[in-house]
Amino acid sequence: MNEGPAAVAAALRGRGYLADDRIAQVVHLARRLEKPVLVEGPAGVGKTELAKALAGAYGHRLIRLQCYEGLDESKALYEWDYRKQLLRLQADRGRAWEEVEPDIFSEQFLLARPLLEAIRSPEPVVLLIDEVDRVEVETEALLLEVLSDFQVSVPELGTITAVGRPMVVLTSNNTRELSEALKRRCLFLHIGYPTVEREREILLARVPELPESLAEQIARLVRSIRAHPLRKPPSISESIDWARTLLELGVSDVDAEIASGTLHVLLKYRADIERIEESLAAEGPGG
Amino acid sequence: MLITGFIAELRSSGIPVSMVEAIDAARALRHTDLSDREMVRASLGATLVKDARHWDAFETAFEVYFGLRAPGPGAAATRDGADAALIGGFGGGAAGEADLDALVDALFRALRDEDDALLQAVVRRAVAGLSGWEPGRPVGGAYYLYRILRRLDVDSVRARLLDQASSPGFSPLEERLAVEELDLQIESFRSRLRAEIRARLVADRGAGLVAATLRRPLVEDVELSTATREELAAVERAVHPLSRRLAVRLARRRRRGRVGRLDVRRTVRRSLSFGGVPADPRFRPPRPGKPEIVLLCDVSGSVSAFARFTMQLVFSLSSQFSRVRSFAFVDAVAEVTGFFGPGADFGEALQRLGSEARVVGFDGHSDYGAVFGQFVEHHLDAVTPRSTVIVTGDARNNYHDPNLPAFERIAGAARALYWLDPERHPFWDTGDSVIGRYAPLCDRVIEVRNLRQLEAFVEQVALPVARPVRRAG
Repeated sequence: MNEGPAAVAAALRGRGYLADDRIAQVVHLARRLEKPVLVEGPAGVGKTELAKALAGAYGHRLIRLQCYEGLDESKALYEWDYRKQLLRLQADRGRAWEEVEPDIFSEQFLLARPLLEAIRSPEPVVLLIDEVDRVEVETEALLLEVLSDFQVSVPELGTITAVGRPMVVLTSNNTRELSEALKRRCLFLHIGYPTVEREREILLARVPELPESLAEQIARLVRSIRAHPLRKPPSISESIDWARTLLELGVSDVDAEIASGTLHVLLKYRADIERIEESLAAEGPGG
Repeated sequence: MLITGFIAELRSSGIPVSMVEAIDAARALRHTDLSDREMVRASLGATLVKDARHWDAFETAFEVYFGLRAPGPGAAATRDGADAALIGGFGGGAAGEADLDALVDALFRALRDEDDALLQAVVRRAVAGLSGWEPGRPVGGAYYLYRILRRLDVDSVRARLLDQASSPGFSPLEERLAVEELDLQIESFRSRLRAEIRARLVADRGAGLVAATLRRPLVEDVELSTATREELAAVERAVHPLSRRLAVRLARRRRRGRVGRLDVRRTVRRSLSFGGVPADPRFRPPRPGKPEIVLLCDVSGSVSAFARFTMQLVFSLSSQFSRVRSFAFVDAVAEVTGFFGPGADFGEALQRLGSEARVVGFDGHSDYGAVFGQFVEHHLDAVTPRSTVIVTGDARNNYHDPNLPAFERIAGAARALYWLDPERHPFWDTGDSVIGRYAPLCDRVIEVRNLRQLEAFVEQVALPVARPVRRAG
């Protein structure tokens, strides 16, 4: 079977993304069932990275829609280029409105925004809808037509249907509950913190110069730090930063002192740093 | 069919699974390597569970419905033989003392060498030989698990492994990591035991029955006053993200909606581009007032868990209120606002509350009447016409005087007064509960037994639009 989850994992690995079995299987399903994937998980575990790696792995173009509060149709779907339309009208001065109208509402004057662009694209694309939990519930509805039927309705032009179905990845940091309708249309993938083995491999893949013993140490330490009750536990991107920092400092062996000194790379809150410093200092010999 | 039973089980544990999702799951299985359990788990998880909070419930149901089935008798005999060979020293049959020693030793070796196959053999052998299995007995797995762990004496195995783990060349940090990892390994041994026991239970009594025994309420439905310690821990973990979500939602709702007053300066300036015609009026952003909250929480025995989550939720939302003051009481009332300063650790704050705040005056039994009397006497200035007072407690007054006049003065001073009762509605006004006497003086009395209801209530109180108009009198 050359198209199974193992093939997906191998393709992603080629782009430096190490997918575990679950990620590979869900991506495989998404490709087979042609359904969007909703990826959820703490910040920095590689949600956006997954979409980028997918695009790279299959040689597709990546189209990204960054969501934010206040995102609307004209930024997500399409907008008429009214300045160009005005120019055209001025150039056509004297012609009857009936003649001009179909002219200025043609595709030529349509500014495609990411969703429409993904639908219209003749070559296969990966559509990344990033941080979808940031848009309001009402705006979410805008996505539904695109995600279930892969089409966009433009009143003046009619319905534009996708040439080939794009592969869609939505990411969410879970700051609010997404609507049932949206969730129903997607496959759900929760990416959590990796196991020690996987984290070590990720570190080695992302920071190739890293010695294996150091990668192992970092992965074990980070796992241990995550077990503390923290406001923001370190995620993969932070442990990669940490690995780079240690490498830069020429450290080959992490001890409690070095760890304490570089904690600010790993943790972003004072209270968290203090808590871990304390626990690193607390262990006397034999403790 | 297995899959329909499985979906029915998910629904009975509270996970909403729609028709479309069920169909998706079936379609997904067509593209799944069915011989690989993990792949089946991934496929079903991706199509049926759309909320990370539901994952635990899904896992439990999955283990029951797609657990490893006991093999047929022939295969079982071969496997037992293989297990015995792996473990060594087994005579077969019931485990005698020598066999027990061999098993403990095998466990030790398996954990030390991280030998997966050996560990699994130990698990099977232990469940078969040490659990004292009684077919048909309607118990969950916990009973058998306890028996096995006691017979194997896992604690002394852990101690032996610790001795080995701490070689003299280790730095303290390495040593600690080794200890932590050992504990994780032992935890994984326990969960394997649990899985094996569950598989045998399923073989014994059928999937449906076992699933029903194992079913746990979802975190948001856990009844706070009767929750176990683990359940409370799960609730506590859930409160933080919940309050974050709630804060974002509230901030958003508050900003949208109603526009503010006309901004004359900007409108005039804007009108210049229309030849002085104010064609595009500008408005100030709306600034709806934030409510002021006074919490009055009964922290005695049975209702303390509920009080503490109410406080935690309200305090983590304090940016959404103009002011929060909180008071705790049993049979005496004390202000505890200072315990929850910015950046304060909630667990520590609660401990201080227990040791420092003087909430017990006489005998440690709730006395609402006395408390309201004291409150009126010492703290009534905390309640202004802009404050919303939230009282939490079961109103079980131990047959003391309810002191309605004092309560009426509090209600009269406040903008609104809500009472959250963590007891089920049918128990209200039974025994020493006097909720019915207080109820007419409250704007609303609400049954709040779990996080879901608490979240809904807090959201409603925090939004200015949803607040009731001050009642007459």
